[in-house]
Parts: sequence; structure tokens; C-alpha cells
Amino acid sequence: MRQIAITVNGARHELEVEPRELLVYVLRERLGLTGTNVACDTTSCGACTLLLDGESVKSCTLLAVQADGREVTTIEGLAENGNLHPVQQAFHEQHGLQCGYCTPGMVMATVSLLREHPDPSEDEIRHALEGNLCRCTGYVNIVKAVREAAAV
Amino acid sequence: MAVTEHETGIGSSAPRKEDARLLTGQGRYVDNLTVPGMVWMAIVRSPHAHARINKVDLSKAKAAEGVVAAYSGAELEGDWTAPLPMAWPVTDDINNPAHLPLATSVARYVGDGVAVVVAESRALAQDAAELVEVDYEPLPAVADIESALADGAPLVHEEFGTNHCYTWPLKGGEDVDKLFAEADVAVEERYRQQRLIPNPMEPRGVLAQPLTATGEITLFSSTQIPHIARVTLALATGVPESKLRIVAPDVGGGFGSKLQVYPEEALGIVVAKRTGLPVKWIEGRSENALATHHGRDMLQEISLAATSDGTITAVRVRLTVSMGAYLMIITPGTPLLGAWVYGGAYDVKGYDFECSGVFTHQTPTDAYRGAGRPEATYAIERAVDALARKLEMDPVELRRKNFITEFPAPLASGLEIDSGDYDAALDRALEILDYEAVRREQDERRQRGDAKQLGVGFSTYIEMCGLAPSRILGALKYVAGGWEAATIRCLPTGTVQVLTGTTPHGQGHDTTWAQVVADRLGVDYEDVEVLHGDTSIVPLGLDTYGSRSLAIGMAALCKATDKIVAKSQKIVAHALEVSEDDLEYEAGTFRVKGTDRAMTVKESAFAAWHAHDLPDGMEPALEETAVYDPSQFSWPSGTHIAVVEVDTETGAADLVRYVAVDDVGTVINPQIVDGQVHGGITQGVAQALWEEAVYDESGNLLTGSLVNYLVPSAAELPTFEVDRTTTTSPNHPLGAKGVGETGTIASTPAVVNAVLDALAPLGVTDIDMPATPERVWRAIQEARS
Repeated sequence: MRQIAITVNGARHELEVEPRELLVYVLRERLGLTGTNVACDTTSCGACTLLLDGESVKSCTLLAVQADGREVTTIEGLAENGNLHPVQQAFHEQHGLQCGYCTPGMVMATVSLLREHPDPSEDEIRHALEGNLCRCTGYVNIVKAVREAAAV
Repeated sequence: MAVTEHETGIGSSAPRKEDARLLTGQGRYVDNLTVPGMVWMAIVRSPHAHARINKVDLSKAKAAEGVVAAYSGAELEGDWTAPLPMAWPVTDDINNPAHLPLATSVARYVGDGVAVVVAESRALAQDAAELVEVDYEPLPAVADIESALADGAPLVHEEFGTNHCYTWPLKGGEDVDKLFAEADVAVEERYRQQRLIPNPMEPRGVLAQPLTATGEITLFSSTQIPHIARVTLALATGVPESKLRIVAPDVGGGFGSKLQVYPEEALGIVVAKRTGLPVKWIEGRSENALATHHGRDMLQEISLAATSDGTITAVRVRLTVSMGAYLMIITPGTPLLGAWVYGGAYDVKGYDFECSGVFTHQTPTDAYRGAGRPEATYAIERAVDALARKLEMDPVELRRKNFITEFPAPLASGLEIDSGDYDAALDRALEILDYEAVRREQDERRQRGDAKQLGVGFSTYIEMCGLAPSRILGALKYVAGGWEAATIRCLPTGTVQVLTGTTPHGQGHDTTWAQVVADRLGVDYEDVEVLHGDTSIVPLGLDTYGSRSLAIGMAALCKATDKIVAKSQKIVAHALEVSEDDLEYEAGTFRVKGTDRAMTVKESAFAAWHAHDLPDGMEPALEETAVYDPSQFSWPSGTHIAVVEVDTETGAADLVRYVAVDDVGTVINPQIVDGQVHGGITQGVAQALWEEAVYDESGNLLTGSLVNYLVPSAAELPTFEVDRTTTTSPNHPLGAKGVGETGTIASTPAVVNAVLDALAPLGVTDIDMPATPERVWRAIQEARS
């Protein structure tokens, strides 16, 4: 077992983890933060995307020990004072989600994208979100939502 | 979330009620549920497509850290009170093998379960499953339709002496042989529907929670069909239906793949019973590729007879369909859901259809979005293009010439279409596309021999959905009905609970149902809560599939609102001391005609609850249940047009534009309907261009993960251009028709027709799906040589 300390959504946690434990399962099963979903086993789908020190990563391929001493932001940490983050609000307004399973990852990837490129074109959005799969929306309204969030 | 400032009435895009929890990480998917004392189940699966199971040695697994129990298929054989359900024995002589949740002596596909291990954590269960030693004796396997039908082929089920499962015929209208003999022209086409893996983003999951003192079991399952699952799992496990509660919490997409009763659901119940512990199983993605049913996989032969002016007179269809290794809930019936619509939107005189099912050593097939109808649309829409080529007619002109134009329209196949206007949708789609401009650009590229050629493909589809009138289902040997139920409960404080027997998994019922109830009962949208997916909360229902929720579930809901209004009217008349006839009703308020005396449904709910002064003989409380059984199927239709750019040097086909004009009848929430269309189109386009479950000759799945099974990302797709025309359904209280499958049913042939249109100057007239760069490139080389 290894001792690690991670800050998740502003709260510091000290934990003993197995070296093989993935970050996403430590969040989900040890810290009870089930908002980050797992949808594949090959780092293909991006459902588990979260922010590590502000940058998007797929947490199903990151060992918890790799997050030692770092800051993690999950979907649960995005809304402030009961107000949705502008990206969440845009997904709501534009119907950028149906079943919602890819949504936390899609939203976190979008937050990261807009930090790096505040005003992406449709083409840039489509390529930037290539690593996040959605099976419901055909991406039409996701792209609209990202454009709307960029305009805020 | 702030209270919405949007319009919420019927026809407005009310923002979804579902979003608040799903956007903030508060979704309640099965994997997010934990209960005290919970243990984890892992399934040991056969790595062989066909093997005798000589011995299952669980000793090392049982000795491993954290292991609670382990069972082989043979050990659990006596726990099953019936095999897993097959609800659609389509013929009297169908070969229907018993399908137990775990194989006992023979494994019949890669992924067939042979043992379970239960341990204290997800990881420990998986570790211990690796320690189970199974002595397999590999046997020869068949992993495609043709091999399964070859002389001397290895048999999937020895007891039948054949891999043939059933043959189901349907004939109607005039004598088809005669029509073909008299035809000026005929086309005979052969198409292949590749095998598909549905891949909802949430893999399946199960949590079975026993109450040992009473024998009650609650099963949380990522399913589309909690009600059907309760009936059938009670039969399979022996848990009395009255003690079995099934809950479908938030479900992360289904697309038909969760319209199923799976081995893991039955295993969860039996293992929970045996251990007395809550048992959880969560499917991995690669496990999903093997263990969750597949879709399509059929060979199609279709012939059209026509006159020289392009009038199609007869359609003949022969299908051979892979069942996979077992018949699951509607495996044999799935291709037959398309049986009536191989004539498409066209007025044909004679109809001759026959479908045969074949066993193979592969994952079972069953419903995948559209189920039978995408296959039908693909065949007729490609065959119409083939006829257009033969007659040298414009494919649009040929379609228009043959459209059904008068409704109700009896079909040669035997059903009747209630409403439609196929020209209107085609006109609108051509207008959005600017057909002439696209053809001009195509001509220019052809003239200058551009390496990137442009193709336009059409699909003027119809859809038969809203499953289904119970009497028709009975006549087709389906064992259940097709009705749906709804309850409206007006609470004393003015809020309303709506119980629906349909079970959404992304379609937004919480929103749409609330819009309709708010409109009809005059309550605030925010005050309506829609409950579903829990057999203890909503005991009556037949769940969500086949675009039935709005077509049937909403009709039940409207019937329930009518009953509420009728009872409320009696209460109001009594309270205001007038006769019921003196009251006029609008949007939740009864007014005494010609006066300003009024009382609302909401106020009558309080009066019904305190019951101090109700009409004589009236029962207190304002709550009504309605059950609706449709008299007819529902018939959406429309025109979809794909524009594809094909690189003739690399074979890459790029979808550059996609226009969809659908007639789905009355629309409750346009934004949600658009979303359904977008998603449906994407799955159909994906079948046309990218997705395929590939097996090797030994029956190994070669595309068992999202690395090699190509679910499209945003980067591969354009923004679709969608619009609607409307003819309302005369059989539905709101005139609605259903929209869940239209996109998938329409889109596949539009894309393939576009690819072939692009390659027409090169002489390419056929290509199999998916039209990958390699396939397209090979087709070009073959045509050139």
C-alpha cells in the first residue's frame, strides 16, 4: 500500500492506496464521488475525463499514485454556490446531453478546451472533443453547447 | 438549478428536468449505487466459440483473498426454474434451445458464461475469476451465416440436427410470380447487413439486494425493460413475482441492447439468494462487446418488378439472419419487425417475403435501434436506386412516381398506413439541399476528373413503430401485449406525480410527460414529477423500445388526464352547486359559463383529499390510472439525403452534408425530437461507414473494444440539417407518431447510395457496409479492371 495525498474539488484527502488502483476508482469507491463515469477499458471514450492541475485527463488510465500531491477537479466541483458552471448551463440550454453518461467527461473536456481556446470554431471543437464519445446526441447539440459556452 | 424562464407547453422546447442531476454528477446509474455488505460478482467466460466443458475447478478461486463464493454452471443448474426467456416463437416448428444463465456442459460462443465468482471488491472478484480453471475441449465452430448452412457444418445445437432455426413467410396482394413474369424490367440485388455492437455509453450493471427474512429481492439493473424483466426473471429464478422488485435507475443509453433479460440479472438474483448478500456486477466495455447482444447480421436478397416507365409492381425478399448461439428475448422476431415495410413508401401490388433464422457460434443477436426496419429501408432504398440506374431515371423522379399518396393506405404486405405526405417531406428536403446546385457541383467535378467525387444519396423512408396492438402481437405469436399504462396523482398541496410504465434511458420522458400534464391540467411544469422504472412505484407497464413511449405511453397518459378532468368536473360542479353541463374547461380551470365563478383542478385535488364534501358515492382522492392498447401501428416517414465526398485515390468517404426532413406527427418538444433524430442518424451513418463486429473463422471477436470497433466521434461528422413536415396520426390523442428510431431507419441507405452515386462514373454499382476506405478503394480497382 502507498500513502498519497490528493486535493479533490478543494478538499485534501490522505489515503492508503494499492499501487495498481486507478484514480477513477479511488474517487468513485473511496471518496464517494460517483459523478465521474467509466465507459470503456481502453482510454477510448473519455467518459472519465476530469481536470488534473487544471488540465483534462482520462482518469481510467491514471494511477491514483500519479495524482499524489496534485489537484483534481471532478464534475461535482464545477458548479459554485448552486449555480451551474457556464459549460453546464450551455449543455442544459442546447440539449447537449441525453442519457447523461458521457456528460461529465464531455463537460470537463469542454472546460479544458475553452481555457486553452476561448473561441474555437466548429471544426476545432469537433477535433478537440475527438477523444470523448457520445452515443446519443450525434454531437450536433454538444457542438452548439460548446459554442454557446464560448460566447459567455 | 434556477427555475426555468422558458416556455414549457406542448410544442415548446422546455429545458429538460433530467439535466440538473446528470450535469452535476448526481446521476443514479447502477454503478453509482452502493449498499451495506455489498459484494462483487465476476463472470468466467468461455474463450472458445465452441467447446465441451469437461471440468470447472473452483478450488484456487475459492481460496483466494476476499472470495465469498464461487459457482460453476453445473452447480447452479438446479437453481433455474425456467430457461432465460424467449418471448417470440415466430413459428410452431421453431428450433428453440434452452438457454441457461451459465453454460453447463457446452460453451457456444466466445463470452458464454461458465462460472461466477463472488468477492469483497471489484478487483478481488476479477482476480479470483482468473484463478478458475476450466478444462475445455475445443470443438469446431461456425462464425458466419454461410458456414453455418454448409453441408456438414458443426452444429450449434446438436439436438436439432441442423443450424436452421425457423422460416417465416409473408405474402400479400397480387400474385408476385405473375407480376415478375409480366414485368418490363426487374432488378435482383443482394446486400449484407453486417453485425453491429450497440455500445451504449453505460455498459450494463446489476445490483441484487436480498431481504433474506422474507425472500424479497430488489434488482437494480441497467435495463430498458424492468416490467418485462420482473415477469420473466420471476419465471427463471423461482422468486415469486410479488417478491421481486426491479428498478431501472438512470440508464446510460440502451438502443435496444438493454431490451433484454440477461444471464447476469438472473445470476445476480440467484447468487444473492444463495449468499444472502447484496451482489453487484458491472460489465466492462470489452465484456460488453461479447456479453451484450449484437444487432443486424443478415444476408438480404431483394427483387423489384417494374414497368418500363418506372412503376414498381412487386417486391420479393429473402432474408437469412444470424441468431447467434441462443435465442434471447426477441431474437427470432427482430428481423420480422421489418417484414411489412420492404415495399417502403411505394405503392406496390404484390409482396412476397420470407425470413430464415440460422444459429452460429456467436453472441446472440437481438434488437438494435430500429430492429428490422433499418434493414428493410436499406434493402428497398438501395434496390430503388438500382432500378433507377437500370432505367436511367433520376432516383428522385423514380421515388416520386411510386409514392403512396392516398391515406389510409392499405399495404400489399397486409397492414395499413394511417397518414403521411411523402412528397411534402421530399420537396422540403430538396429545397434545404438545393438539389440542382449539388448536382451542378457533382457534374463539374466529374467533368474535370476531380480525385474527390461528390455523391448524393436518398432515402425516402417509412417506419412502422409504436409497438404494438396486443391483438396483432398475439396473432404473431409474441407472448406479451403491447399496451401501456399511466397514473396521475394530484397531491393535496397542488403538485402532481405522474407514473409511466415506459422506462426512459435518455429520451427525456420526465420533461415531455410533464409538459403534457402541465398543459392539460393547468399546473406548473415545475410542479409535475414523472416517476418510472421501478416496479414497486409503477407496477403496470411494458417499458421502452420500438419508439413506443410517446406513441403508446403518451396516449395512456392523455387518457389518464381525461379521467382526472372528468372526476374533477364532478367535484367542481358539486362545490359550486351547478350541473356539470354548466361548466366549461380550459387548461386546468372550470368556469361556470357566463360567470367569473371558477375552480381549478388543483383546488379540486385538495377537496378530493379532505373529502369533507364530495358528491354522494364518490371515492376520495384525485388519482387515476389508464391503460391504452393501440388499435394500429404508428407510421413516421420522411426524406433523408446524404452528400458524400469520396476520395477516389484513397477510398475515404467523407459525409459532408446530411439533410433530414421527418414527419413524426405532432411534436411535444422540438429540441428533444431534434436530438433523437441527430442520434439516430449518427448510428445509421456509423453502420454505413465505420462500424462492424468482425469475427475470425474460429469465432473469435476481433473488434472487442472501442479501439477497433469504430464508434464515431464528433470529428467524423457534420452538423445535420434537420426539419419537419407534419401530418398528424388520427389514432393518437395528440397526433404524435414516435421518433426514437427514424434517424437510424432512414440514414444507412442514404449514405451508401451517396457513396455509389459518387462512384457511378467509375462503374461501381455495389459496395458492402461499412464502406471503409479499403472497401471503397477495392471496389474502384475492381471496376477499373
